[in-house]
Amino acid sequence: MAQTLLALKAVEYQIGGKRLLKNLDINILRDSFTLVLGPNGAGKSLFLRLCHNLVKPTTGKLGWNTEQHQPPRQTMVFQSPVMLRRSALRNISYALQHQPRQHRLEQAMDALAWANLDHLANRTATLLSRGEQQQLALARAWAYKPEVLFLDEPTASLDPNACERVERLISLIREQGTQVIMSTHNLAQAQRLGETIIYIEEGEIVAHQSCENFFSAPSSSRAAAFIDREIMQKEVLTR
Amino acid sequence: MNAETTSLLSSFLLLFEGDSYLWEIIGLSIRVSTTAVALSMLIGFPLGALLAVRNFRGRQFIIVLVNTLMSMPPVVVGLFIYLLLSRTGPLGVFNLLYTPTAMIIAQVVLVTPIVIALSNQHLRLEWQRIGEQLRSLQVQFSGALLTLLWETRAALATVVLAGFGRAIAEIGAVMIVGGNIDHLTRVMTTAVALETSKGNLELAIALGLVLLCISLLVNAMVHLASTWWQREVL
Repeated sequence: MAQTLLALKAVEYQIGGKRLLKNLDINILRDSFTLVLGPNGAGKSLFLRLCHNLVKPTTGKLGWNTEQHQPPRQTMVFQSPVMLRRSALRNISYALQHQPRQHRLEQAMDALAWANLDHLANRTATLLSRGEQQQLALARAWAYKPEVLFLDEPTASLDPNACERVERLISLIREQGTQVIMSTHNLAQAQRLGETIIYIEEGEIVAHQSCENFFSAPSSSRAAAFIDREIMQKEVLTR
Repeated sequence: MNAETTSLLSSFLLLFEGDSYLWEIIGLSIRVSTTAVALSMLIGFPLGALLAVRNFRGRQFIIVLVNTLMSMPPVVVGLFIYLLLSRTGPLGVFNLLYTPTAMIIAQVVLVTPIVIALSNQHLRLEWQRIGEQLRSLQVQFSGALLTLLWETRAALATVVLAGFGRAIAEIGAVMIVGGNIDHLTRVMTTAVALETSKGNLELAIALGLVLLCISLLVNAMVHLASTWWQREVL
């Protein structure tokens, strides 16, 4: 039986009287690549931000199943990679403020080499292509050595090649034991990478099941309708 | 050759011959305004950053207040500082009235609201871009503020230059608190007013030309800095 990593109990998030996330009662499992799936505007990004403590729930509680229930070391890679106006190398060394100053550049260089981006070390990060920026953001996250990594649609609006490289880096991060929770609205990607699916619609968790079961026998009619819609759309596009 | 043309030619001569009286006035103007702008940066940037980053009760009120102060007439600022520094005023014991320090104080009061208001706009936009990432990387608050200021450096350069332009070109405040005393508190703007009223057009035109050149230089630098900033943002 898989252990719980993060438990949400009766969590809600409201702003301006609008309930953007509601009735969140869920255990996110350890050692299972969790994908948060749902249509645009369903609340996937907000859900990740809430889990990552960037926004505070209006009601309810989040509990980490860690020693002394302290939040683990964690970071997030955003849909639009956030780069500082400095070199690619300095973008990574900036994230290593917990390390002794003399080791930061060396470790940042290791992270660039890990992501096969060493040739970009001295280039201004904000002037790199979107795909390169996203790989750099993942290299920065890797160098940060988080126990939990949140990824908010990291491959949205990337070309297939960049998408493949980003997915490869995500797999490498997972292989090193980092717990990854990622949002996407791409069904194919969810099938390729996911082990557990959390399906969100209109701020509510509609389905939470293993990836295999989600695609073969979704536990909710709304999730089934989403899968059908997406598949149909893809067929129309490929026709 | 008419009188105006003669005055213009004489003013060029004054400038290029290195007239010591003229350069003394230019030097003092630049010294006073540069010091005032530097102090305004020290006060205004951290406040602008705090207003951009922290949501607290009264924040909107402070922003409205700062925007109002930004358009305060220099003579009103001059009068206010005069009352503070005059012998009977609360800061009268320091004997600062009619000194360059009084002029610096007046210009700081004039320029700081500009620095806060304009920097706040840039810093708020930049914080929207990088704020969550810095929080996600657990960067400490003071470190995040410094990073924010550094990331916005090109836009802040335009703010500094706008503040300097306002400081060096104003006359009302420095006239009231400086008194336009020869060899002590005479700056370019007050000297132009005085020399024109005395009919000494050569000196007035020469100083006016220098002011124009400084203004042109500052505007060119603002333009370059904002072009660089836009290129960096995109």
